[in-house]
Amino acid sequence: MTKLLRRPADEILSLSRRAFLVRMAGTAIVFGFAGTEASADAAPAQSEFAPTIWYSIDPDGVITVNIIRAEMGQHVGTALARIVADELDADWDKVRLDAVNSNPKWGLMVTGGSWSVWQTFPVFSRAGAAGRITLVEAGAKLLGVPTEQCSARNSAVVAADQRSISYADIVRRGDLSRTFTADELAKLPIKPASERRLIGRKVDALDIPSKTNGTARFGIDASVEGMVYARPKIPPTRNGASVHSIDDSAARNVKGYIKCLALEDPSGTVPGWVMVFASSYPAAIRAADLVKVDWTAGEGANVSEQDVLDHGAKQIADPNGGVLLVDDQGLDAAFRDARSTLEQTYTTGSVLHVQLEPVNALAFEKDGVFEIHTGNQWQSLILPVLAQALRMPQDRIVMVTYDLGGGFGRRLNGDYAVGAALAAKALGKPVKMILTRADDARFDSFRSPSIQTLRMAFDADRKVTAMDHQASAGWPTLVMAPGFMEQGLNGQKYDEFAISGADTWYDVGAQRVRALSNDVANSAFRPGWLRSVGSGWVNWSVETFMDEAAHAAGADPVAFRVGMLNGAGRNAGSFPNSVGGAKRQAAVLQRAALKGNWGATVPKDTGLGVATTFGQERNMPTWIACVARVRVDRGAGTVVVEKLTIVVDCGTVVDPGGALAQIEGGALWGLSMALHEGTEFVRGQVKDTNLDTYTPLRIGDVPELDIEFVDSTEVPVGLGEPGTTVVAPAIGNAIFAAVGARVRHLPIRPAAVLQALASKT
Amino acid sequence: MTAFRINGRAVTVDVEDDTPLLWVIRDNVGLTGTKFGCGIGMCGACTVHVGGRPTRSCITPVSFVAGAEVTTIEGLDPEGQHPLQKAWIDLQVPQCGYCQSGQIMQAASLLKDFPTPTDQDIDAVMSGNLCRCMTYIRIRKAIKQAASELSKGATND
Repeated sequence: MTKLLRRPADEILSLSRRAFLVRMAGTAIVFGFAGTEASADAAPAQSEFAPTIWYSIDPDGVITVNIIRAEMGQHVGTALARIVADELDADWDKVRLDAVNSNPKWGLMVTGGSWSVWQTFPVFSRAGAAGRITLVEAGAKLLGVPTEQCSARNSAVVAADQRSISYADIVRRGDLSRTFTADELAKLPIKPASERRLIGRKVDALDIPSKTNGTARFGIDASVEGMVYARPKIPPTRNGASVHSIDDSAARNVKGYIKCLALEDPSGTVPGWVMVFASSYPAAIRAADLVKVDWTAGEGANVSEQDVLDHGAKQIADPNGGVLLVDDQGLDAAFRDARSTLEQTYTTGSVLHVQLEPVNALAFEKDGVFEIHTGNQWQSLILPVLAQALRMPQDRIVMVTYDLGGGFGRRLNGDYAVGAALAAKALGKPVKMILTRADDARFDSFRSPSIQTLRMAFDADRKVTAMDHQASAGWPTLVMAPGFMEQGLNGQKYDEFAISGADTWYDVGAQRVRALSNDVANSAFRPGWLRSVGSGWVNWSVETFMDEAAHAAGADPVAFRVGMLNGAGRNAGSFPNSVGGAKRQAAVLQRAALKGNWGATVPKDTGLGVATTFGQERNMPTWIACVARVRVDRGAGTVVVEKLTIVVDCGTVVDPGGALAQIEGGALWGLSMALHEGTEFVRGQVKDTNLDTYTPLRIGDVPELDIEFVDSTEVPVGLGEPGTTVVAPAIGNAIFAAVGARVRHLPIRPAAVLQALASKT
Repeated sequence: MTAFRINGRAVTVDVEDDTPLLWVIRDNVGLTGTKFGCGIGMCGACTVHVGGRPTRSCITPVSFVAGAEVTTIEGLDPEGQHPLQKAWIDLQVPQCGYCQSGQIMQAASLLKDFPTPTDQDIDAVMSGNLCRCMTYIRIRKAIKQAASELSKGATND
């Protein structure tokens, strides 16, 4: 398990290891873990029942669940609240969400990696159960019957004689005093799946109505009295740029223009930024266009996409360097003794986030506290950076939470908050900073180009005896959160998110995985985490290679994979997250093949392609498989995706509608990155900066989708990212099936298809 | 000074004539349901109705709407109960929600022009509205559901 995963889970669990207290405090009924209720602002309001810091019940019976995860389209608040509500036997109509601001009491605040439900499930289940048990005891006392004769149902305690008392009445009248030891808490009975009333059922997401009538509040909607608007001038390079001189003479003619300032940033997060201030945002846009800045560019000004790939190719060719994740004995011997071998190299290009709400933040200092109003996915990562930038202690900085107009990993990196905060500090006024779409693209921490070389050894029976995987890409975690890197076999640190997917569940004999940090990428730009991170490019190579290997071995691509998904040895899986192991991956693959009519006859120039992955991380696998059906125009090289058939095993499905939405969106992201979008890094800048030339999938490009979830009561794992990981290789493999053209670069452009067609003959 | 009506209310704003209507709606009138996405009319997040026609407010100078009636997501239905809004909730369309005001406003004019839209009609009219969360499948279903509700209402009348 990675450190990033351990940390939040451990912090949350460490709270629950403390004794769990229930006591009267004045008229209020206070529940809390020992040691947490001391925090002044954690104390619930008068007369509220707060079984843990995670939720409270007020005298009207309204249950407020505190959500520390970012709401960015996954309806995470609804998914998490229903875990509490189910164990608490709550009336769902009384449940409210509170998207809380940053505070150390919440532990690590991060939303990513498809971890939210997986991490929160055990904690919220027990918190709900503790509340229910206490309410039943108190309710029984008030009804004058033994506790054993009472049960909880729909926010009320019901006795055997059908008399009942509502949670609201219990909170108003109850004299509650209860302590659970850590051991007791750990042993609290959690409902069997058969008794769940909310988990796994259709429940409307609580955040949706506000997103149909204009009342949802995104970061860009934040305002405060007396604020001025700002737009940054983005320097020629992401790193190391410095301001030589500024000429704002033309901008002074813009009505509403105030001034511009070169930001001094002790944290080094926004080097070379010049902030342009105005009394309205349109004036800031116009003025910034007219302000002339003479910069000294940093490293990267002469670096382009091909330089990154060329450097990666050199790293792969050099047997030294990099970090080994897997290094089985006998690999070199297996290749030496092989009857045949296969080697291929795969590349992927730069991908922008284009979250539809451009990054923005409102920042101001009030009563000695610096408030940053913005949508963000990883408050705990940027708070120390803000403290360094503002030269203020962290406890005087608060990040105020808003809905995110798209996350997709962009807002894991809160660098934009630093620019706004520095501007507000320098100006001494509240500053509302918004990046234009082009600014946002140029300041994006986009998905790095990648290059990977895979090798496979076969014996005389065409059985796979060894597989070697080498991958070079920019490493976001190295650049932005080095403390979260994982340790490899040779003691060196590596970015586990940039290589996820390479340590497969296939039984390939002796295996080696070497991860290479592309330092040309890391210095030329800021590589970002983009929905599924490395799983996006790693699985492109693994699953295209598997297809090529199947053909080399003369095997059917489904049967070839199933044969290696045998659950042997370290692929057997383990409790609790990967029970069943590779066998579950084989099951989704076989089911997808069946549903997708694998093996059926298809019209000319039409083909079926298959791919399967374990979603995001080996330690919390979401098993997924996809059959893509495509039609290729041999003359134009264009590819039309007709249908995607996807089967997912994510353990328990907490929120069926939300789960389907995540796979739908993720799969279409996968398709968009395969065929529709993508850019190039050219001399220190991304080539495409707006939607005129950067072209994500539109409604008319959507194929037929057939998505199925495996019925399971195993541990719920992640759903935000797995859908993105399987689609591109399934499409590439389908193109090969349709016309025999093998493409090895993402995105797949018509020119590449034509070239592959030409090279075939 | 530009005077126009927005959601039935008369407003006069003192801004430069070429100020994009989007920022007037958001920052001068204070209705933030209309969103900024691209600034070049390519994403549709800023879609409002001007004189009943869908308009990209990010590229529309405010002077162009002098004397006109502007409708935003907040004014589409006084209770937020337009058949499209109901269908959007029923089918749980929004993910992040940022583009959805524009999607709904665009869809509302689609249904005026094509009361029973085909898939091709939907593709043609809605292709200018980007949804980065890719909720397109549900957008399509919700448009059809709302069209069906509207046509039932028409029959009942």
